[in-house]
Amino acid sequence: MEFEARAQLLDADDIARVIRRVAHEILERNKGRDDIALVGVRTRGVFLARRLARTIEEIEGGSVYVGELDVSLYRDDVAIRRASNVGVTQIDFDVNDKKVVIVDDVLFTGRTTRAAMDAIMDFGRPAVIQLAVLIDRGHREVPIRADYVGKNLPTSGNEKVRVSLTEIDETDMVEVGEERER
Amino acid sequence: MKEGGGGYRNLLAISSLDKDDVLSLLDSARSFAEVSTRSVKKVPALRGKTIVNLFMEPSTRTRMSFELAAKRLSADVVNFSSSTSSLSKGESLKDTAKTIVAMGVDAVVVRHGSAGAPLMLTDWVECSVINAGDGMHEHPTQALLDLFTIRERLGRLEGLKVAIVGDIDHSRVARSNIHALRKVGAEVVLVAPQSLLPRDIQRMDVAVAGTIDEVLGWCDVLYLLRIQLERVNESRFPSLREYTLLYGLTDARWSELDHKPMVMHPGPMNRGVEIDSSVADDVESVITGQVAAGVALRMAVLYDLLGGSHG
Repeated sequence: MEFEARAQLLDADDIARVIRRVAHEILERNKGRDDIALVGVRTRGVFLARRLARTIEEIEGGSVYVGELDVSLYRDDVAIRRASNVGVTQIDFDVNDKKVVIVDDVLFTGRTTRAAMDAIMDFGRPAVIQLAVLIDRGHREVPIRADYVGKNLPTSGNEKVRVSLTEIDETDMVEVGEERER
Repeated sequence: MKEGGGGYRNLLAISSLDKDDVLSLLDSARSFAEVSTRSVKKVPALRGKTIVNLFMEPSTRTRMSFELAAKRLSADVVNFSSSTSSLSKGESLKDTAKTIVAMGVDAVVVRHGSAGAPLMLTDWVECSVINAGDGMHEHPTQALLDLFTIRERLGRLEGLKVAIVGDIDHSRVARSNIHALRKVGAEVVLVAPQSLLPRDIQRMDVAVAGTIDEVLGWCDVLYLLRIQLERVNESRFPSLREYTLLYGLTDARWSELDHKPMVMHPGPMNRGVEIDSSVADDVESVITGQVAAGVALRMAVLYDLLGGSHG
């Protein structure tokens, strides 16, 4: 399968603005950076979490906790999809009583977020869990919503959203398009 | 990993894996190692799967390691140990296989005294089969966990110089390790009396040394095999004293070394035979590290075989 882009939705400047705005929203909602822990969902959520953390630190000083989560082992569809390589999960702080913000690039069915919440609960009992996403493309299959959204993007079921981040891709951008057989 | 009969995926031997299979299992074992460091050491990845540990030969470590690996992935585990005393081995294994089919399990982990028993089992059961040691053939998960331990400690496998010392011919651990190390590009030298070298050694692409002194100072990893004391009375075996003299990692040899290699042993060690007690104490940490790595590696294998569809 190959991704064929139809339109660019966000460019590098747009993404930078989203990060700044969401960083402010997180601080506003939680009344400061105390006890905030950003947990990125592999792969691109981790880079977004790190960018958010850096921005929050620039705004308020100090440092916030950042963790990385691979949710493969918590997915509800292990029986129907091919087992992929399991990435490393790294949560080096005590999650008990933290304000954990799950960070992901695209919110779609909500199943990944469900898996991420289960994984975090295995590490302890956070005070709250919130969700920050770059793109919300709709089509939820479980009752989950995001607390912080970069951009709402109503899509049809067969459309795909591709997020590129300079940490592993060539540029920062978000595109919408279709997946085609090669 | 190799497809068996009926489309089930099996792990029977290192020799039937390719380099990418080996490396991807080592990579995913690294992720699974993290699970064992959490306060809740369990993930739901294999919830609802049933795994049978079928051990037709005594084993504590390997069985416990497989059991723990399965449980940390939330699979249900049934342990089935059997002595092979009254029935001939083939018959008893087949009878057991029928029982397993009737129980509807998802994987069988099998240890058997006869080489090839796990392969035979794949014809009789309708699930994945994992070889936990068959006769003098292979012990694939031991070799994988050894490679994992080496890579974690030394940071690489390719180009490493590895010496394997001891009763190579009777050792399934040695055979699996030779295949695995050669696949990932390590150099392997076998150190043993001629009488304890395998007959098919030409096909293994390895060098041979006559005594341990020829490899000390050269090797990055020194893999000592356990001398099975019951074999000492066989004609192929020198006396214990002669063995230690030519092949033992003695205190004298160890203390003289400037460049000390990483020492490995599949355990349990015969102190004073293949390794002196004081040296054993020095290198104990690596050997207990091998045990911890075993659980993570076996989690990776179980998840690879049973997690996800492979259509």
